[in-house]
Amino acid sequence: MKKTVLRKPKGFIDVYKHKPGAEKDRTHYCPGCGHGILHKLIAEAMEDLDIVDDTILISPVGCSVFAYYYFDTGNFQAAHGRAPAVATATSRANPDKVVISYQGDGDLAAIGGNNIIQAANRGENIVVFFVNNAIYGMTGGQMAPTTLEGQITTTTPYGRNVDTDGYPMKMCEVISQLTAPTYVERVSLHDAPHIRKARAAVRKALLNAKERKGFQFVEVLSTCPSGWKMDPVKSMEWVKERMMPLYPLGVYRDLGEEARITTRPVPVMDPAAVWEKLGISAEKDVDFPRGEVADEYRKMSIRVAGFGGQGIMVTGQALAGVALEYGYNVSWLPSYGPEMRGGTANCSVNIQDGTIGAAEAVKPGMLLAMNRPSLEKFEKTIVPGGTLIYNSTLIDIEPARKDIKVFAVPITGMADELGNTRVQSLVNIGAYAAITGMFKVEDVITLLPKLFKGKNQAIIDLNAKAVKAGFDYVKENF
Amino acid sequence: MTDAKYPRSEVNLDKCKGCGLCIAACPKQVLVISPKLNSKGYHYAEYMGSGCVGCGNCFYSCPEPDAITVYLRDYDPEKEV
Repeated sequence: MKKTVLRKPKGFIDVYKHKPGAEKDRTHYCPGCGHGILHKLIAEAMEDLDIVDDTILISPVGCSVFAYYYFDTGNFQAAHGRAPAVATATSRANPDKVVISYQGDGDLAAIGGNNIIQAANRGENIVVFFVNNAIYGMTGGQMAPTTLEGQITTTTPYGRNVDTDGYPMKMCEVISQLTAPTYVERVSLHDAPHIRKARAAVRKALLNAKERKGFQFVEVLSTCPSGWKMDPVKSMEWVKERMMPLYPLGVYRDLGEEARITTRPVPVMDPAAVWEKLGISAEKDVDFPRGEVADEYRKMSIRVAGFGGQGIMVTGQALAGVALEYGYNVSWLPSYGPEMRGGTANCSVNIQDGTIGAAEAVKPGMLLAMNRPSLEKFEKTIVPGGTLIYNSTLIDIEPARKDIKVFAVPITGMADELGNTRVQSLVNIGAYAAITGMFKVEDVITLLPKLFKGKNQAIIDLNAKAVKAGFDYVKENF
Repeated sequence: MTDAKYPRSEVNLDKCKGCGLCIAACPKQVLVISPKLNSKGYHYAEYMGSGCVGCGNCFYSCPEPDAITVYLRDYDPEKEV
């Protein structure tokens, strides 16, 4: 139907009830702000395409953070630069909705630079309106990636120097290098004819989005009269004279009829199906009755430390894995250096009946030190009255603490005697079982095939011997 | 110049922030900044009362959603719902 009146479009909320303060009938934008012009084009297009109730707008950080005061759409407000990521999730969870990521240049090109590139590269079904006013407007007019060479801002009082600050970033050119985007155009708001062209671009992008045609990117050259310290009419001239030569207007990508209708695989939401895929059984295999555990060992926080290759992580996983079968809540948190082998490694294990808070054993009740640096580093963190198990084969110093219980176990030596240094972690488990009374040796041995899935019977048998050796050593010597 | 009732541009004076973009955009120069102030303290824009051709430039140039309404040539208040 042909319009007979141009008035506030229905894409806007009647009364801005979410806006604090008394002025619920006008925007918070400064006089002459380009955001208002673009808001109007978007609101009008949403009304005309009948998508107001099917649109979710992601507002950014910047002056347009409050876009949700005005648009009568669904809304999420994203962290700085993360609007494309939030839009991705919103779009994938609601594939039948039009999702708009509305962003400024500081938000999109600086802190969110990678977010926008990855979203564009995935061809997300979203529309990005990128308001480029060559400045950080909301925070007081600092330099943005899009600031022009020589432009004076509060952080470039001598003008942007490309030798120190780099060159203005041309986002349309960057985005149009990617394969996935459907439609990329740069428009300007500096005069009425160009606003009409911007209007056409906004409508085209939203129509494409309504038809699920992938990633739409519209860059809008806009103004910031307050940040630029110019009157609104002058700032429009500045867009024309200064910004447009650097940021050429036009269509950078338009797949037109060739644009694919994007569909995403339906996510698997059934936990049982996921477990089956991962080979995990939801049912418990065993449920061991607990033995006599001394009070001090009922709530365990353990640090296992040594160097990579000593079975540090395996020890931690086995402790947690066995405790789980006694019905404890457990956690295991690894921490290691960048080396794959030979670097330092440690892990934190919690075993208790209550809810586990912090997973890291900052002040452990027990330290299992497999080498000297680990003893030196972590001995002081053990709680008073706590327990230290150390590998006396490799550690040739005496522990300094007198307020803890100490168990010196020749872990590496015992493993070597059994014929394989790698069974150290099972010696550890045996020693732990003997000290705490938390595990029974036969229970651990029953569990070995599950803990070391895919290992042959000879290895499982050797592991069983190692558990027993660790257990017996502690029982006989302490 | 036409004295017909429509087309005409109407400025909601209390919502106008006086930025002047509509005045710069008007091809017929029939919008002016008022010497008077509105309740917000802005010199608001106002329509001179005749000469509007209904191009809509002022509406699309105006950053405020509800500050300008343009009634086009075919506007008929009787048909408005």
